[in-house]
Amino acid sequence: MKLPSLREVGTEARLLLIGIPVFIWTMIPIYHMFLFAISPKEDAFSGKLWPAHPTLNNFKIVFYQEHYFLRDFWIQFWNSTVIALAAGVLTLFIATAAAFSISRLRVPGGRAVMNLALLTYFIPAAFLAVPMYRTMGNYGLLNNHWSLILAMVTIASPYAIWVLKQASDKLPVELDEAATMDGATTLQLFRLVYVPLMMPSLVAVGTYAILLAWNEYLYAFLLLSRDTDITLPVALGNFLAADDSPWELLMTTGFIYALPPAAIYYVFKRYMVGGLTAGAVKS
Amino acid sequence: MAITLSGDHAISSPPLSSRLTTPQVWGIVLLVPYALVFLAFVVYPVSYGLWLARAPANYVALWHDPIFARAAVNTLIFLVVGINLKMLIALFLSGFFAQQRVWIRWLSVLFILPWAVPSIPTILSVRFMLNPEWGMVNQIIFKLTAEDGPNWLNDPAVALGMAIAVHIWKSLPFWTLILLTGRLAISHDMYEAAAVDGATWMQKFRYITWPSMRTLYVTCTLLSMIWTLGDFNSVYLLTGGGPADLTHVLSTLGIRYLRLDQLSLAMASIVCALPLVLPLVYFMMKRLSR
Repeated sequence: MKLPSLREVGTEARLLLIGIPVFIWTMIPIYHMFLFAISPKEDAFSGKLWPAHPTLNNFKIVFYQEHYFLRDFWIQFWNSTVIALAAGVLTLFIATAAAFSISRLRVPGGRAVMNLALLTYFIPAAFLAVPMYRTMGNYGLLNNHWSLILAMVTIASPYAIWVLKQASDKLPVELDEAATMDGATTLQLFRLVYVPLMMPSLVAVGTYAILLAWNEYLYAFLLLSRDTDITLPVALGNFLAADDSPWELLMTTGFIYALPPAAIYYVFKRYMVGGLTAGAVKS
Repeated sequence: MAITLSGDHAISSPPLSSRLTTPQVWGIVLLVPYALVFLAFVVYPVSYGLWLARAPANYVALWHDPIFARAAVNTLIFLVVGINLKMLIALFLSGFFAQQRVWIRWLSVLFILPWAVPSIPTILSVRFMLNPEWGMVNQIIFKLTAEDGPNWLNDPAVALGMAIAVHIWKSLPFWTLILLTGRLAISHDMYEAAAVDGATWMQKFRYITWPSMRTLYVTCTLLSMIWTLGDFNSVYLLTGGGPADLTHVLSTLGIRYLRLDQLSLAMASIVCALPLVLPLVYFMMKRLSR
């Protein structure tokens, strides 16, 4: 075995000098959350780096809804799931139709629509929230899940359309021409040629919209208020209302809430990185 | 072939009914869903909001509200200091993650976690960590120095700094990843040639890396600034705007007015941010719609 040279050791040491702080910085808030989730109350508040008596009791309390703050946990979990999936499906439908129309059918005015959508993408979401709240009130949708679903679709679709348009511009025109030559109607072209070829981008965009809706706090907290209507992040925020909040249960719930998006992210990472970051910032 | 899908060959003077080809009719039909969403949930709210904010009295009221001035300054600090710091770190770390090591590849998988998990539980986790009595940070400080740590979130400057740190923690992985993609696109031959010529690390960065990444870096910085204007969670869930409403930024201030049932004031405060937003948006539109 060849011994590494002094120079190589130096480089490696310098890399570690960057890598270790990066690791600690990244993991601390997440580890802290995990630590609370496996600690009984008295350990959680003692500031230890590992609990004296690690336990899964907090998870049991959450799953059996055995605390005042958690009495609607499962229905809130269900609300989050339904809203995320509905927003994902609707965004996917709207954005795919629009991208096909703009990119493949070259509909007149398509470019203008694309630019308007991009403009929406650049409005900071918190700024649109105030008028959106009032608008939903005017439409009579406040405290209705549709208000949050539609708000999420509004925010997710501009970027979705843009990513899908970029991807479909890369498909060769000859493909459409050949299919039309064989007598395919426009809808057949969409269903049999376009959608199958666009699958990777569609997965990326669908995942993006689902995660966006699942993670949303501000709109959910403005648009929904009844305990049985709200989503999980709003329920987590509501823990703060009390002075003696059960922080170990809050962190346990937060941990459970954070798991699905993290899992989805890592499963679809291939698509996310290819489909989204390539489109995210084109210099 | 009368029907071309590209629709470029417009027929010069046919009867009106056949001026639109079938695919074009379908094209319009398929755009309708998005157009409806856009009209109902973007055009209408924005126009309604602008209409609400039309009275000059709102702006006079804002001008006399010290919380508004403070929020405007905080927003500027957040953007100018926070974002530039974040992007510089991201640029530096993109160089670190470009190194070919197995352990660095594993670290990069973990490094993306803050971006992959929802921000609410992690921000609340930081909030408790900084709790002056029970938080882990002060307990460790006490164990090491036998002195009480600072009351982190009770000092407006420190609290705002912490909110910026939370923001950086959350979005640093995303921007590092984007800059890493840009860095990996640079041809390796250039670095090899430079190494043959005996270029130092600094020279490689200055003459090869930076010129190829400059545009990407500036675009990312601007985009991050626009998005950060809408970062409600980092401030609201960490400090709640406190102490004494001194750590608000424009995005949380709008919601604060809304909660106080001062809708027109909320809209006016957002209109005041437009001179900051519109130039950035215009610049980004020009870059992206090329």
